[in-house]
Amino acid sequence: MIGLQHYMVVSAILFVMGVLGIFINRKNVIIILMAIELILLSVNINLVAFSAFLGDLVGQVFSMFVLTVAAGEAAIGLAILVIYFRGRGTIAVDDVNRMKG
Amino acid sequence: MIHVLAFYLFAILVVSSGALTILSRNPVHSVLWLILAFFNAAGLMVLLGAEFIAMLLVIVYVGAVAVLFLFVVMMLDIDFAELRAGFVSYLPFGLLIALVLLAEIVLGIGLWSAGPIELAQRAAPTAPDVSNIKAIGTLLYTRYIFLFEAAGIVLLVAMIGAIVLTHRTRGGTKGQNIAKQNRRRPQDAVRNINQPMGQGVEL
Repeated sequence: MIGLQHYMVVSAILFVMGVLGIFINRKNVIIILMAIELILLSVNINLVAFSAFLGDLVGQVFSMFVLTVAAGEAAIGLAILVIYFRGRGTIAVDDVNRMKG
Repeated sequence: MIHVLAFYLFAILVVSSGALTILSRNPVHSVLWLILAFFNAAGLMVLLGAEFIAMLLVIVYVGAVAVLFLFVVMMLDIDFAELRAGFVSYLPFGLLIALVLLAEIVLGIGLWSAGPIELAQRAAPTAPDVSNIKAIGTLLYTRYIFLFEAAGIVLLVAMIGAIVLTHRTRGGTKGQNIAKQNRRRPQDAVRNINQPMGQGVEL
């Protein structure tokens, strides 16, 4: 039978994979943003699994707020990426510290 | 039996498509693998009985966020081969960090004991005869109404922020200002002069 542990294992593997994605794609901001989305997805799986197995709906409500923040974060991140590319012609994050702001 | 089978199908697919998201060479493929990961996570949530969150994942993530990623990847003309240059050199360090993190999570879960869980202390127990979406709606519009509106404000701020960041006024374009045109009178614009012969015009 599938228990809470199974879902937690899936969520932990997905979380670690997101962190690994941030480290191995250090120059490509788009992939880093996608890795952050993977991390937030794993957190959502964890919240929903606990909510289902404890019979408490608050976990699902909270997971909805995490989803909201993830959507806003993706929109702002990609907007920053677009204006960065417009000014510099590349998205390499090595020289982001030269941004004035 | 079918439940176990479905769980392993969704779990294996979500983990492998997550791995391919961070490993694939082409960012367009990365986005497509990310979409597959979201679909399978939605399947996992359907298995858990959280239909509303599953549908929200499909609509918000696949319908909006992933398409936004796809737009940006295709719109920007980026040399992705150059961005991938340090991939192999970062790999051992990244794997080390990932393994340490995984070991910490395993240790944390293994050593964790919550004691007896008091089910009477639940904040919002699920009623057996109410559907998931109805229960969440009741909760969101009554007890968590201010949090719900705060989430709306977060989305509004994100929308305005994205527009303000990417909007630019282009110099050098000529637009028509109708009010300015209508204000213009002949006496301001035209002058009659008696110009003597053989001399230049003084403006």
